[in-house]
Amino acid sequence: MKARILVALLALAALLPAPRAAAIDSIPPLADPVLQQRYLALTHELRCMQCQNESLADSPVGLASDLRRDVREQLLAGQTDDQIRDLMVSRYGEFILFRPRFNARTVWLWSLPAVLMLLGIVIAVRVLRDRQQRVGVDTEESLDA
Amino acid sequence: MNTSATSAARFVLPLGAFMLLLVVLIAGLYHAPQKGIIVSPLLGKPAPQFSLPGLLDESAPLQAQTLRGHWSVVNVWGTWCAECRAEHETLLMIKQQGRVPIFGIDWKDDDDKARAWLSELGNPYERIGADREGRVAIDWGVYGAPETFLVNPSGTVVYKHVGAMTAEVWQQEFLSRLL
Repeated sequence: MKARILVALLALAALLPAPRAAAIDSIPPLADPVLQQRYLALTHELRCMQCQNESLADSPVGLASDLRRDVREQLLAGQTDDQIRDLMVSRYGEFILFRPRFNARTVWLWSLPAVLMLLGIVIAVRVLRDRQQRVGVDTEESLDA
Repeated sequence: MNTSATSAARFVLPLGAFMLLLVVLIAGLYHAPQKGIIVSPLLGKPAPQFSLPGLLDESAPLQAQTLRGHWSVVNVWGTWCAECRAEHETLLMIKQQGRVPIFGIDWKDDDDKARAWLSELGNPYERIGADREGRVAIDWGVYGAPETFLVNPSGTVVYKHVGAMTAEVWQQEFLSRLL
């Protein structure tokens, strides 16, 4: 019985909204709401290199907070999102981007879903046509009989 | 439509797709970089511009220019890093060997603790820069101490080792690259 209550409580706790990522730093958010928005977006798409399946925004480790500070400073210095991404890639490689950029090496990665989709449509159309034909044949046969 | 041809296609097509997938996955297994190790984009590029105050001697800062004109080993460490203690013996051996000077970047450390560590364990470094805020380590693409770089006389990063330095790694990956 106690265990059930505990499970129920845990389930309820899971429904609560997660604490906001911005609260991970003691530093107040950027004064300019547009910059703050870009800051949040960037730190969510950059990987924490120390705990590699977390984003910079979500990671509590020291390196992530240093990199957040860096992103913040670059934004304040007037760098564009692409310039900041380039800077991060120049230090840590493409791996730091959760969303790989489109280039010669990632062409297959980005085009594969579309290719598979097309392939699927072609196969589906052929199967459906095949089935329709067969249904046609069947009815003819039954009429003949 | 020829029935035997369609059934053959039905059999061959999935099999072909499966074989293709198999080839891709096996190739992936063999070409996967060493697990967890990220190849540094710095390799073959000039070492980042930086200047750090000297840990032991304020008048001897560690700068990009310090690494010019001779081969250098740049070792990123900290007293909070357990693996750094493990590799310290090897660093001392490298210093004793005297082929390449080791420059230390003391990463996000307490200066006093760092000095105490060196007087206790011995100092393998030619010069040490104190990266108190961790800004320079970021520019070097460091993601975990210890990390050790090999820089050639023109200031180009030639090799990077992540994790504790060992005699084997020193022999095979560093000494072999010296010209």
